[in-house]
Amino acid sequence: MPTAAVNRIGLARDAYKGAATTLCAGCGHNSITNHLVKALYEQGVEPHRLAKMSGIGCSSKTPAYFVERAHGFNGVHGRMPALTTGAGLANRQLLLLGVSGDGDTASIGLGQFMHMVRRNVDCTYIIEDNGTYGLTKGQFSATADVGSVQKRGAVNTYQPIDPCAVALTIGCSFVARSFSGDGKQLVPLIKAAMAHGGTALLDVISPCVTFNDHDGSTKSYSWVKEHDNEIHDVSFIPYFEEIHVDYEPGTAQQVELHDGSHIVLKKIAEDHDPTDRLAAIRLLEESRERGQLLTGLLYVDERMEDLATRERLPERPLRDYGEDDLRISREDFGRLMAELA
Amino acid sequence: MCCGRAGISVVRRGNAGREYDVSFGKSNLQQLINDLTFQAATVNGSGSQSANLVLTRAIFSMGIPVAPKNVFPSNIEGLPTWYQLRISPRGYQARHGDPDLLVSLNPATWSADVKAVRPGGAVVHEEAYSTAEARDDLQYFPVPFSKLAKTQIQNDSLRKQLINMLYVGIVAGLLGIPFEAIEHGIQRTFQSKPKAWPVNVDAARVGYEYWREHFSERPIRHVLKPVPGGTDGLMLIEGNQAAALGCVMGGCTVAAWYPITPSSSLCENLIAYADRFRVDPATGEKRIAIVQAEDELAALGIAIGAGWAGARAMTSTSGPGISLMAEFSGLAYYAEVPVVIFDIQRIGPSTGLPTRTSQGDVGFAYTLSHGDTRHLVLLPGTVAECYEFAQTAFDLADRFQTPVFVLSDLDLGMNLWMSPDFKYPEKGFDRGKVLSAADLERLQGDWGRYRDTDGDAVTYRTLPGTANLDAGYFTRGSGHDEEARYTESPEIYARNMDRLARKFETAREAVPRPAIESLSNTTVGLIAYGSTHYAVVEARDLLEERGLAVDYLRIRALPLSKAVVDFVAEHEHVYVVEQNRDGQMYDLVRLLLPPELVGRVRSIRHYDGQPIPAYVITRPLLELEAVPV
Repeated sequence: MPTAAVNRIGLARDAYKGAATTLCAGCGHNSITNHLVKALYEQGVEPHRLAKMSGIGCSSKTPAYFVERAHGFNGVHGRMPALTTGAGLANRQLLLLGVSGDGDTASIGLGQFMHMVRRNVDCTYIIEDNGTYGLTKGQFSATADVGSVQKRGAVNTYQPIDPCAVALTIGCSFVARSFSGDGKQLVPLIKAAMAHGGTALLDVISPCVTFNDHDGSTKSYSWVKEHDNEIHDVSFIPYFEEIHVDYEPGTAQQVELHDGSHIVLKKIAEDHDPTDRLAAIRLLEESRERGQLLTGLLYVDERMEDLATRERLPERPLRDYGEDDLRISREDFGRLMAELA
Repeated sequence: MCCGRAGISVVRRGNAGREYDVSFGKSNLQQLINDLTFQAATVNGSGSQSANLVLTRAIFSMGIPVAPKNVFPSNIEGLPTWYQLRISPRGYQARHGDPDLLVSLNPATWSADVKAVRPGGAVVHEEAYSTAEARDDLQYFPVPFSKLAKTQIQNDSLRKQLINMLYVGIVAGLLGIPFEAIEHGIQRTFQSKPKAWPVNVDAARVGYEYWREHFSERPIRHVLKPVPGGTDGLMLIEGNQAAALGCVMGGCTVAAWYPITPSSSLCENLIAYADRFRVDPATGEKRIAIVQAEDELAALGIAIGAGWAGARAMTSTSGPGISLMAEFSGLAYYAEVPVVIFDIQRIGPSTGLPTRTSQGDVGFAYTLSHGDTRHLVLLPGTVAECYEFAQTAFDLADRFQTPVFVLSDLDLGMNLWMSPDFKYPEKGFDRGKVLSAADLERLQGDWGRYRDTDGDAVTYRTLPGTANLDAGYFTRGSGHDEEARYTESPEIYARNMDRLARKFETAREAVPRPAIESLSNTTVGLIAYGSTHYAVVEARDLLEERGLAVDYLRIRALPLSKAVVDFVAEHEHVYVVEQNRDGQMYDLVRLLLPPELVGRVRSIRHYDGQPIPAYVITRPLLELEAVPV
């Protein structure tokens, strides 16, 4: 009998799987889940050290679909950052992996997202970004493009929020963007994010298969056909298969989606210095003007201290301390009472 | 602590009331010893707080019980502020009301402040204020405060603050406070800043000398006499400071908060204690994380995340923050995550009066969040209980894996109260039902996060990071079965909700039980909770003097103990006294009672934002119980 392949801690790939997905077949989020399984397996992450955190929405359901044996916490809408911050303070040995969506992060949770970044909580923060609210049937999220049209005809007139641009301007210590169908790029980015000692933002464009295929949507087939070189976003995917791309750094690639629509992904050139924050902001802005979606590692600062370090927390998890470590001694307590008299 | 019948009667009656052959104003009243309310009327931000504390500490050091109350505006600088210091022979700590001795340094409120002084009282005021409408039943003591400050206080940068120390000296003279007591008060108030002592002592002495030169031949109606040993064994502490100390002793390791009056000083005190007692001197490592969050949603979220991961975690807030915490509270209830939430109540609704007190969050906190949500609520009535219940709250949160609310209020939390020394905890932490890696090894995978193995509806949990492959489970605020798997099954949903209800019943008699003080042969009972306690203590003495003895049950937690039903059954009339408009506890008590007892319960409510005085209880009670005048 052939022996199943195992990783460096002796676990097979199956140990990193979770419950069966309940998302639409072909959903980009499922691709991301698979890439997460691959990355965590290859990296040899101990399941008991992993804490999968999420908010509410399609994306936030996905932590149930990988590493079933790890702890998971599916909290309330837009508030994953707070739960993650607290869990990290209680036990800084945990590997915190937050999964959020564009609504969960850029709409209801924008404040928490920004403040988590400010504090540089040691965690990986993945946004599964599809520009729409899936579970409530297709309303706009804050990352939707100007001019996008809902199925019932409403036009989005608000400017989109780019989570990467926001993160860069407020000093996020790791900022990257990728595409759900690009495992070759995404898997290493997930590993790098998990390895990073601070808040690692990974904005992953992830097509919604159900809510954007109609005339007037900037993500519809016909619209993409007419504007293909300027499109910087994903479109409707009517087929039940996931999309895969593979292209070289420094090149732009037009990706033909299942329905024939396109997105243009621009991979960051290898000469980009990811420790140069100004350069990263400039690149993002330039690609936005060109209608391209920039992917890759935009920025990293490994020197920035994470929250637990700045709070001078011991390596031993705070949750493990007992009465004798935490109470004021009898002598000091007596002195304190005397001071108050 | 409490005074009067049940507690420490610090100073016996009998000192007061001796006749003196003097007339105060035109009142011809008796001179009173150790029985007055002092009030300083100043401008917010002028530095009068230190002066008031010096007086308080000085009088306390004479063995005389004190009960200070700070009435302050929602403002940084410029609006009127008052400090009331009640001194009573029996050491009552409830607010008394109008002052007997007024110091007025605020022209804006001068006229109204004088009107409120009790007949026979005294008024110390800036000489420039008009006395054209002077009352003939008061004594006036004009002092050229500004002029004295300019000529006698050398320190230019501190002159504005030190003006207040001038009135400390004047008041010391008028009331008969020895100057050594004032010096003690200054040292105690500026405990950590010895450099500040001389300038303050000098300024107080300028005032004292001014009194000697101009007023020493004019006795006033109220004087203070030292009571040797009168305050021995007592300390002065604010409820928020006591609660912070309780958090340290209760093993809190993660605290997240957002600044809001009147709760901020709880976490600020916690920060101070943490810096002093939770830092490893060798490494500089800290055994607590205290995070100022971006809002109250995040504050509770951080605490819940930490509680889920196994830390003893808390947040502290007030009414508006509690409103924002509703969604997360429901998550912690339903997902069964331990967390402690302090609500230092102020008066609402909405922004309300941010610097005034209330007990208006009781009903809301009890059922905070949508759906069938119920919380454990602790109701400390004294500073000692603020300290004790903070520790109890962490034990209960861990034991029952649920949010525990501790409802204090502005009066209890931000004012100084006399208390006997706090007790050092003798018991260890109760961390509740947590399975270790070794436990899981033994169970061989046979456990479920929400399985009621012990029949008490409290289930076992594991902490993330537990080194066993069976430890992991998925926590969620959505429907879940015994194994923590997602489900929309109607049967499983209802079964889980029924278990949560049973868990709440298990907790009913595990939370602090009511404190009952019964006398024989009385048919009237009082029920109160929280800071209302002190007014009840005094009211019971006053009622007894009128021949009406009343029993007293003090509620110390929700859900209500069955003992409340028994108490009502034992009395013909029971009055529920509280500081909110709608009688929130009155409603909760009636909901608990069998129909035949509901009619026995009546409601006394106080809700103007000022701490409740005893007469708010005695007046309606004397009338309704038809006590003859």
